[in-house]
Amino acid sequence: MMEPSETAAQSAETVTVNLIVNGEPRQLQVTPNVVLLDALRDELRLTGTKKGCDHGQCGACTVHVDGMAINSCLRLAVMCEGQHITTVEGLARDGQLHPVQRAFLEHDAYQCGYCTPGQMMSAAALLEDERIAADDASVREAMSGNLCRCGAYKNILEAVQDARREVAAGTEERS
Amino acid sequence: MRSFAYCTADDVSQAVTKHGADDRVAYVAGGTTLLDLVKLDVMRPAQLVDINRLPLDEVETLDDGRLRIGATVTNTDLAHHPEVKAHYPLLSQALLAGASTQLRNMATTAGNVMQRTRCPYYRDASAACNRREPGSGCDAMHGINRMHAVLGVSDQCIATHPSDMCIAMAAIGATLTLEGPDGKREIAFNDFHRLPGDQPEKEHELRPGELITHITLDTPIEGAGAYYLKLRDRASYEFALASAGAIVAVEDGVIREARLALGGVATKPWRSHEAELALHDQPAAVSTFEMAAEAAMQDAVPHEYNAFKIPLARQAIVRALREACRDAENANQQR
Repeated sequence: MMEPSETAAQSAETVTVNLIVNGEPRQLQVTPNVVLLDALRDELRLTGTKKGCDHGQCGACTVHVDGMAINSCLRLAVMCEGQHITTVEGLARDGQLHPVQRAFLEHDAYQCGYCTPGQMMSAAALLEDERIAADDASVREAMSGNLCRCGAYKNILEAVQDARREVAAGTEERS
Repeated sequence: MRSFAYCTADDVSQAVTKHGADDRVAYVAGGTTLLDLVKLDVMRPAQLVDINRLPLDEVETLDDGRLRIGATVTNTDLAHHPEVKAHYPLLSQALLAGASTQLRNMATTAGNVMQRTRCPYYRDASAACNRREPGSGCDAMHGINRMHAVLGVSDQCIATHPSDMCIAMAAIGATLTLEGPDGKREIAFNDFHRLPGDQPEKEHELRPGELITHITLDTPIEGAGAYYLKLRDRASYEFALASAGAIVAVEDGVIREARLALGGVATKPWRSHEAELALHDQPAAVSTFEMAAEAAMQDAVPHEYNAFKIPLARQAIVRALREACRDAENANQQR
């Protein structure tokens, strides 16, 4: 068992964490209580990921950890040692927007834009997930962890469905 | 967020050793409850032991037909697991009715069992709450208690257990495997969570330093139908006002076996043996379901704003039983 003084001393110390962020190895020094969201924004200056509620209720902080969409406000950075993190900054590849980004532009799927990075990260994960059925209700359900206070849901849904059809068509062409 | 120390463990015994049965130490897996409550200063761990590296992420069918689920299997993976979808559809439905995609991707099976109430007075460190701070009183009792429980309440606490997954497990029947400083032991799922009584701070039967390592579901009831109905203020991503999980086996229009558990209305995952008794050997008809619903809610105790939950839960029970019977009929026809 640890003595209280020892615990306090340890908890103030920083820890080295190795992450692969948007394909690049990154090393950071954080105290154990730093959540992934704050590490990305404050340590790595990747401010595309937004802080909304900070309690896993709004989805503004959604990023991918090893391909899964998660709330980065409820994950400690130290828990992500060695993991692949994708943020909204990593969606575009080789100067080409991700299909979800193109679809959000085309469908005007935002108003103020604060929730948009989180919405797009959830949408990008959904495109790859065959367990989510194609109908509108299933997509709305899968996206329900991302709140939009401007109420742009109608266009968000259209954008996600459009991007999903585009990716599905591309997959068929290739196969 | 307050500061704490952090370590990882590679196997169960190492995790238990690092925990040291110290009440200032907490295990962390998904972290969706723990970190939320640390930010609110409701939980105050001095150290976290990360159990994500433990080899507890497998789902396997045992020789006796039961399904053994590792503690760190995520809610998403469990909901979509082929064995769960095929033999425990109630569990899959309940899991997918809970939280959001992101939270289900993070939240684990054992963590879901350990999640805390969403009572706003519990979550507010400045409010009186016997569950958070024994003896401080209960601001929910005469406060805004619309979301609170009507079953299993005490004069100390009326907080609702928030889980959907646990409602399915209560109906299916399951066994928890625990490992702690004194070794391994098992406990029935329905004996794990405690009623608040006069010690609402004691939420479950875990001993100091014990870790849930597996949850093993009872063998499925052959030919049964199942349905999870969740009623809430919005269609998705919201806790239940009332939910009902029903499993029913029907033969020649008569209910051979029935399981019913309720969520959103009780202080723990609520298995209703009263309702099951009222269903057994009775015709699979709405009049039977209504009698079962009456039996399930007969001991309900309302407070100022939550009396509506009693008729709401009764309706949820009738509808869930009706749909489960339909599901059973479909299954019978396919055989």
